[in-house]
Amino acid sequence: MPDAGDAPTLLPGFLRLDPFEVGVAPAAGTKQEEPIMPTWQLHLLRGRPGSSPRLESYRVELPAEAYLIDAVEKIWAEQDRSLLFRHACHHASCGACGVRVNGRERLMCITPLREFNPERPIRVEPLRHFPWLGDLLVDVAPMMRRMAAVGLVLVRRDELTADRPLPEGVEQGTRFEDCIECGLCLSACPVMAADDAYLGPAALAAIERMLAEPRGGDPVRLRTLADDPHGVWRCHSAMECTAVCPSHVDPASAIGRLRRHLIREKLRRWMGGNP
Amino acid sequence: MTGEPRWKRASGWADLRGRREGGLAFLLMRLTGIGLVAYLFLHLYTLRLLAQGPEAWDAFIAVAKSPPFLALDGILILGLLYHALNGVRVTLLGLGIGVPHQARLFWGVLALTLLLTGAAVYAIFSITG
Repeated sequence: MPDAGDAPTLLPGFLRLDPFEVGVAPAAGTKQEEPIMPTWQLHLLRGRPGSSPRLESYRVELPAEAYLIDAVEKIWAEQDRSLLFRHACHHASCGACGVRVNGRERLMCITPLREFNPERPIRVEPLRHFPWLGDLLVDVAPMMRRMAAVGLVLVRRDELTADRPLPEGVEQGTRFEDCIECGLCLSACPVMAADDAYLGPAALAAIERMLAEPRGGDPVRLRTLADDPHGVWRCHSAMECTAVCPSHVDPASAIGRLRRHLIREKLRRWMGGNP
Repeated sequence: MTGEPRWKRASGWADLRGRREGGLAFLLMRLTGIGLVAYLFLHLYTLRLLAQGPEAWDAFIAVAKSPPFLALDGILILGLLYHALNGVRVTLLGLGIGVPHQARLFWGVLALTLLLTGAAVYAIFSITG
């Protein structure tokens, strides 16, 4: 059990904002230091499908220790309740709050405001290559359909700990797959811009994981899914998927391994091996 | 975003906002590829002069030896070298080889391209006097 002093670092960003409120009251005669509270300028893309999207400017006061999701939530709470955006966990495990920040794909919950200069506006736009639902919100259903087609199990019993003693009191280990299905890689991939049917980095990385460790999956079906004009061969190695991935999935390397796997399988078949 | 006009979505691959070396390499690869295809047709078009006899061909060669035309050759070599060298980089990366070094490989490709282009341009202008 961590002591009370550790608590703020374990809490999500939104709850870490006011360390001054939980501190000890200043002794009589001493002056409490005022927290520095910069004003941040945010340019949020606003609009609804059917209308022309526009950038709208907002100003919000928050400490530099706050995160971008805190700023957007504060705008929603205090300035404009019609703002559409998605968020949930606040600690980069749900993948819901993906947007483009100054052009680059980021999760708002792990984008600290201290990265930015308060004098310059922070431009926040929705992800690319998804159906736009309005403001910062996109429809992630196309990506989810691709992931469902792969059938990657998100949570599994961990064989990796089978040969290691579990800590006392723990009966079984559970391992989470790294991919949080945030869609940043699909937004960053330039090939997605030109090919709606492209499986995309997340699904291809999931296929590679399934082939490496099938867990009841059908390798032949997965290979057929990947070995398609809109599958693994469509990737042009722009490497942006790996650059933006917040979860170290490294889809670009996974796609490379998947290609090698498919080439090996093709060679084996040509030489008379069984599929 | 899907739902946009096709031309706008297709131009998405040229959008460099927020992109890093990999995205820049991808864009240059496409642009040089388009340029080389355009050059192929231009080249075939000029070759038709061979069918019009030696005078027509010699007149073209005289133009081709002019400094502005030779400078265009330099641009052609620049695009050709980048496309070929980055093609090797993309082949390796596409097979999952050297992925952690992809940015350094890109700068290496760019440096080698400029170096070889410089040497080629020097040779072209030296030979043609």
